[in-house]
Amino acid sequence: MIRLHDVSKEYPRSGMALSQVTFLVKKGEFVFLTGPSGSGKSTILRFLYMADKPSGGHVWVNGVDSKTARAGDISRLRRRIGIVFQDFRLLEDRTAEANVRFALEVTGAPKATMRAKVSRVLSQVGLASKATSYPKELSGGEQQRVAIARALINDPFVLIADEPTGNLDERATRGVFQLLRDVNAAGTAIVMATHDLDLVRGSSYRTIELNHGKLVFDSAETARASAPAGSYVIGPGEEMPDPGENT
Amino acid sequence: MLAAREALTASRRAPLLSVLSVVTIAFSLFAFGLFGLAAINIRRALEQVEERVEVRGFIGQGTDIESVAAAMKDIGEFPEVARVNYVSEERALERARREMGEFADVFESGVLPASIEVNLRPGFRSPANVKSVSDRMKTYAFIDDVRYGEEWVEKLHRLRNIATVAGIALGLAFAAVAVIIIGATIRMAVLARAEEISIMRLVGATDMFIRLPFLLDGLVKGTIGGLLALLFAWIAHRTVNEYFLRTVFFNRELIFLGIIGGAVMGVFGSLVSVGRHLRDL
Repeated sequence: MIRLHDVSKEYPRSGMALSQVTFLVKKGEFVFLTGPSGSGKSTILRFLYMADKPSGGHVWVNGVDSKTARAGDISRLRRRIGIVFQDFRLLEDRTAEANVRFALEVTGAPKATMRAKVSRVLSQVGLASKATSYPKELSGGEQQRVAIARALINDPFVLIADEPTGNLDERATRGVFQLLRDVNAAGTAIVMATHDLDLVRGSSYRTIELNHGKLVFDSAETARASAPAGSYVIGPGEEMPDPGENT
Repeated sequence: MLAAREALTASRRAPLLSVLSVVTIAFSLFAFGLFGLAAINIRRALEQVEERVEVRGFIGQGTDIESVAAAMKDIGEFPEVARVNYVSEERALERARREMGEFADVFESGVLPASIEVNLRPGFRSPANVKSVSDRMKTYAFIDDVRYGEEWVEKLHRLRNIATVAGIALGLAFAAVAVIIIGATIRMAVLARAEEISIMRLVGATDMFIRLPFLLDGLVKGTIGGLLALLFAWIAHRTVNEYFLRTVFFNRELIFLGIIGGAVMGVFGSLVSVGRHLRDL
């Protein structure tokens, strides 16, 4: 579903941001991306929703190759991906309901089903009663839930979350994380970049750790070392599987 | 249509910015329009002076009127010629006395010869054309001399060329300034909606879908700006006519072109501004 093979990124001014990163994310998997600031977590996430291209190597997401993807392919891919940020990125002058509906409107979704879909995801994130509230009337945790509802509106196969709890207090963090677990339990893969090691340690999800742009730890690799059968992580130098796997 | 609704919503959300955009577009097009008005009036004045370009062939004494009439018919068929007139000795004397009132007594009967006066068509009043007509008139044996104010015609031609080149250069400069100002104005509107554009992109809206409300916005603002600029130019034209000198206003085609120009500039400015913004995202 998501494959990175030997991926590097070099910026003209700041130099190497990512170096020879290879991993695979399976359908329905929950993956934490951890590491200090500047380790390359956000760069990898940008590759996944194709806001940036690697300088070297390949990124495949749902069969779309970032090297050859055209603007139309990227737009179509993003309709099947949910993206959540630390700063929520809600439109302040629209209600929670309108913010969620916005994602349907701008992708030309049929009007007839919009109301029902919006109502369903708002209920899913526990905000049915706040549908008509504006972002400034909501707490940080609630705003992030609206952002998650917007990310879920198109039934994505993967939800990409860049520090989604970074701006939240402990209680809201727990609530948002539980929501992400529920979303994952319903079948959506999650790739979540986080600094919050308590979240990582308190769960059994796969963890990929980056440092100075290099993949330094992958819990799936460790698991595979102890139980090779049924492994799905590609080690450096291993042959790449066919990229055409669609969900 | 969602694009139209989005464009309208954006204008409603930031009415001051929208009004400022329209006024800025109107004033930049007004400056261009004022230049256009000055240019067409200068051109018209030069054309009026050029209408006075004439070639005069002086007829030898004793030439029979049939030969003169035959020559006038020939000359009238030259492609450059608009009109041919015969000026008799008496008419020439009368005209000279009228034009030089205080020296009227100097002119005596028989001093001034009869002549053929030739006026040229517009587009055939360059020094080369005038000289060509003059040379062909000289081939008639009974024409003693041909005059056309060679130096004056050349000066007028040079002045016209300078006015044309200056007009094109200044026109392009004014148009460029208008495009830059309009582009910057629309860029402000784009930046005011930067967050919305970035969300649209993240959720999978196509670039065309993102551009469309801005193109509509640019089209409407450009058209209103063009209409306002025409109104300002008309007021300026009326004021000049009232207090200074008689001028002409744009004809119907130019008015239409001005409105279309405003709309095109609005759309073009939007295309460039949104395109740049989308590239930077």
